[in-house]
Amino acid sequence: MDKKEYLDLYYQMVVIRRLEERAAELYQQGKIGGFLHLYIGQEAVSTGIISVRRPEDRVITAYRDHGVAINCGVSAKEVMAELLGKATGCSKGKGGSMHLADVSKNFWGGHAIVGAHLPIAAGLALGDVYQNQKAVTICMFGDGATNIGFFHEALNLSKVWNLPVLWVCENNKYGMGTAVERASAVPEIALKADAYGMKRDQVDGMDVIKVREVAARMLEEIRSGSGPQFLEVVTYRFRGHSMGDPERYRTSDEVRKWQQDDPIGVYHNYLLAQGIATEDELQKTIREAEEEVEEAVRFAEASPEPAPEDLYKHVYVSETC
Amino acid sequence: MARITMREAISQALWEEMERDPKVFIMGEEVGVWGGTYAVTRGFYDHFGPDRVRDTPISEAAIVGAAIGAALVGLRPVAEIMTINFAFVAMDHIVNEAAKFHYMFGGQMVVPLVIRTVSGGGRQLGATHSQTPDAIFAHFPGLKVVAPGTPADAKGLLKAAIRCDDPVFFIEHATLYQLRGEVPEGDFTIPIGQSKVQREGRDVTIVTYSKMLDTSLKAAEELTREGIEVEVVDLRTLRPLDMKPVLESVKKTNRAVIVEEGWKSYGVGAEVAARIYEEAFDFLDAPVKRVAQVEVPLPYNRTLEQMALPQVKDVVQAVREVL
Amino acid sequence: MAEIVTMPKLGFDMAEGTLVRWLKAEGEPVTKGEILAEIETDKATVEVESTHSGVVHRLLVEAGTVVPVGTPIAIIGAPGEKLEESLPSEKAAEAVEKKVPAPEPPQTAEMEPTLPQPETVGALTGERVKASPLARRIAREHQLDLRQIQGTGPGGRIVRRDVEAVLAAQPEAVPSPVSALPGEAAPSKPPEVSWLPVGQVSEDQRLPVDRLRGIIARRMVESKQQVPHFYITREYDMRALMDLRKALNAELPEDQKLSVNDFIIKAVALALRQFPALNAALVGNEIVRYGHVNIGVAVALENGLMTVVCRDADLKPLRLISQEMKEMSARARLGKVRPEDIEGSTFSISNLGMFGVEHFIAIINPPEAGILAIGAVREVPVVQNGVLGIGTRMKATLSADHRVTDGAEAARFMQLLAEFLEHPLRLVL
Repeated sequence: MDKKEYLDLYYQMVVIRRLEERAAELYQQGKIGGFLHLYIGQEAVSTGIISVRRPEDRVITAYRDHGVAINCGVSAKEVMAELLGKATGCSKGKGGSMHLADVSKNFWGGHAIVGAHLPIAAGLALGDVYQNQKAVTICMFGDGATNIGFFHEALNLSKVWNLPVLWVCENNKYGMGTAVERASAVPEIALKADAYGMKRDQVDGMDVIKVREVAARMLEEIRSGSGPQFLEVVTYRFRGHSMGDPERYRTSDEVRKWQQDDPIGVYHNYLLAQGIATEDELQKTIREAEEEVEEAVRFAEASPEPAPEDLYKHVYVSETC
Repeated sequence: MARITMREAISQALWEEMERDPKVFIMGEEVGVWGGTYAVTRGFYDHFGPDRVRDTPISEAAIVGAAIGAALVGLRPVAEIMTINFAFVAMDHIVNEAAKFHYMFGGQMVVPLVIRTVSGGGRQLGATHSQTPDAIFAHFPGLKVVAPGTPADAKGLLKAAIRCDDPVFFIEHATLYQLRGEVPEGDFTIPIGQSKVQREGRDVTIVTYSKMLDTSLKAAEELTREGIEVEVVDLRTLRPLDMKPVLESVKKTNRAVIVEEGWKSYGVGAEVAARIYEEAFDFLDAPVKRVAQVEVPLPYNRTLEQMALPQVKDVVQAVREVL
Repeated sequence: MAEIVTMPKLGFDMAEGTLVRWLKAEGEPVTKGEILAEIETDKATVEVESTHSGVVHRLLVEAGTVVPVGTPIAIIGAPGEKLEESLPSEKAAEAVEKKVPAPEPPQTAEMEPTLPQPETVGALTGERVKASPLARRIAREHQLDLRQIQGTGPGGRIVRRDVEAVLAAQPEAVPSPVSALPGEAAPSKPPEVSWLPVGQVSEDQRLPVDRLRGIIARRMVESKQQVPHFYITREYDMRALMDLRKALNAELPEDQKLSVNDFIIKAVALALRQFPALNAALVGNEIVRYGHVNIGVAVALENGLMTVVCRDADLKPLRLISQEMKEMSARARLGKVRPEDIEGSTFSISNLGMFGVEHFIAIINPPEAGILAIGAVREVPVVQNGVLGIGTRMKATLSADHRVTDGAEAARFMQLLAEFLEHPLRLVL
């Protein structure tokens, strides 16, 4: 990695952080509706993994998808416009926070039914195998999804058909408000991969460099025909499950303890300690990220609402066929 | 024209489409080595090979989910759900994913997927394996639901479904596979979303589809002997629903009987009747009548099961009642 | 408990009334039998008595308004009683909703379609008429009062056949004895021959007499029993007319071509203008000679026949006659005739020429004095000036009422008819 790439990872994480902080404000102002699941605290996970994907590698994730979208190359403008339900949003204002996608960036969406996108990820990989394309599908999901049937059907099928999927469980300790230990018979989530004879690993999700290294290795092995692999990334979300979460299920001490490992702070220190960047350079990067986010907010607010006739558009590709 | 069975017609459609387009492939339980539980795909595995005729684990959600994924990246999967009763465990993928993606992601995702499944009772398989819940699937915008009643329609509609860029839920009937009918030779498609008058008549309109088309045509023959000429409109597609031939017929006969195999409550008949009332009220000379399955889970016992399913005599009786 | 006063029905044929004047104001006490309002029907002005004692809570209709029978016009309740409490809420809402504002300018009896239909209002008064939507629509289109119609459907529901029977029975529409199509240009296709399998025995069929059939039967028996018919047959040379028709039709588009019958209607109308004795009727002790010449033409229907009327046919150009006939016969076959299509004929024509019929005799359609039965236009051998040649001929038979006219007069009418049919330019002048 050269210096530019190191700084770019930093830049992406700050964009995600600032974009979500602004989104929270806009939500409170009533400009964003529905659910808003913030990724704050988990930025290193998708940033690290997606930084080592190739353009042909596909990414699909759950509803906590703002960071993944940014990492996949969806612009902050299109993400913010989608959050505001504008016609210029990446899903034309019809998807909202949970349903960001940009097929042209090989980002196959945020998916809001827990676990439902896992079989679909297997299908994306099947499509590549069928067409002899050397690509990996990266499927991200939370710890909660590992308790639903879709998870087991999808992992099983991926192994039976030897599909090139990197299953990435973002274990942020809680499925909504239920701790992993209270929901999963096997709290060490990575062990679940053993049931499907799948190679697995676990990594510290607050360290973008570690995440990146492990992901790079696994993706390479999958490309070489290892079949699906399973990566558990241990992380923590600093905000509630969604906006308005009373957070009765955890103490503020616990949150504070994890915040000491803020992935942006950890990486900031790493870059300084390794002599990769100076404080000034990082501050400049932060300012640039903030400017991009502010520009995105201005763009989103100034963008038009979807036209009334868009209500009926895209129900079918064609009514008659 | 050749006189072939429904099974042969469906099999031909699949075979021809797989020969025509390498992106078309089949996946499902026992579709390959076994040859299909209804023998529709017999010989496919040997001819097309295991990559294009994919046996799956018993994982309906994974079957439909993976088929959606493959469709998203440009393939044209035909996923088979052995019976419609098992589609419930894949319900989320059918109605929450396949039916939504094109709309929800602003038109950028396309799901050219066909889900073939088998509906219907009458074979003493008990309550969980004998249902005709077709209407449930027709509830969701974004999904197309096709249910042919003749071999020719089955072939033409299945070929159209495979070429269609939208997800199509294709419902075959368990007791129609032996039904014979004239099927044009060679390649042809029948557009999805077009109802068809399968028999002309002036006195009463029967609206029906799938297996009940056969039942209704038999009832119409009986009624001819009494001098009653029944017009039979076959919906063929439940969504998008083409009411035009139905309304035209009702405006001519001023009477309608709707015949479906599923339960009456919230069913196809309820929808069609409501549309007739909404759009042809002033043409009705009698209340619309529905013939449907009695409202019980289907019993195993043969006599009881047949009592629960709509029979020719029930249709005849209903027609007499609206005259 | 409050009571609703509705527009009373003050005669069997009253469908609506004008509320001329309220004699009680809202809040005023009223006793049963006291005069509440004045209502004007098309026959008289009538005082309406209150059917209940109490206080006038609400007057729902403003003076000067025309409302259908059965429409709520006032609510009467106990003193101090609140309307909301005293009346089931949906009833009150419905009643108030139906409040009809005074129209500007005052409404006339013709404004029927915009008023609430009597049957919907009937729901409030418990007198809902059971009728199918189709029957309701046909009745609405023909301004028929459903309450005057006997239903034969399930539970006494009025269905299409009931309304159509009433339409067919309207006096002006009484059919003439033989079915006929109004002068189609092309001859009718002969029915196809069918063979019963050898040895098969057909059983007797017993068909109920439907209402239209019943009416035809009754009226024809009446006519034949009460009207002394006499008959006159005459042959007409139609060559000039057929040539003229051909020439005229060459100028006209397909859907506007003139039929032979159109010419006959015109010719008969012009002849009748000169023979008022045949454009007449015996009514009581008087013979009425009609001022208008309105030609009734029998139209064959699936289950009977109907007579449509070409009004003032003597004054209308052929093209207009033709167009009217096309429209009216189409409506008759669709069961969509309008009252004016079938009312007021003064003389009838029945034409069976298109079936290849040479000559036939029709039964008079009372109270008319005559009906003309038209046969086919045929090529026949004729002797003219001692030479045998080919002629184009048509036979027509007049049935006439001997109480109104006599043989010689009728014969002169038939003679005059020749002056028009055989000199057809007179028909286009």
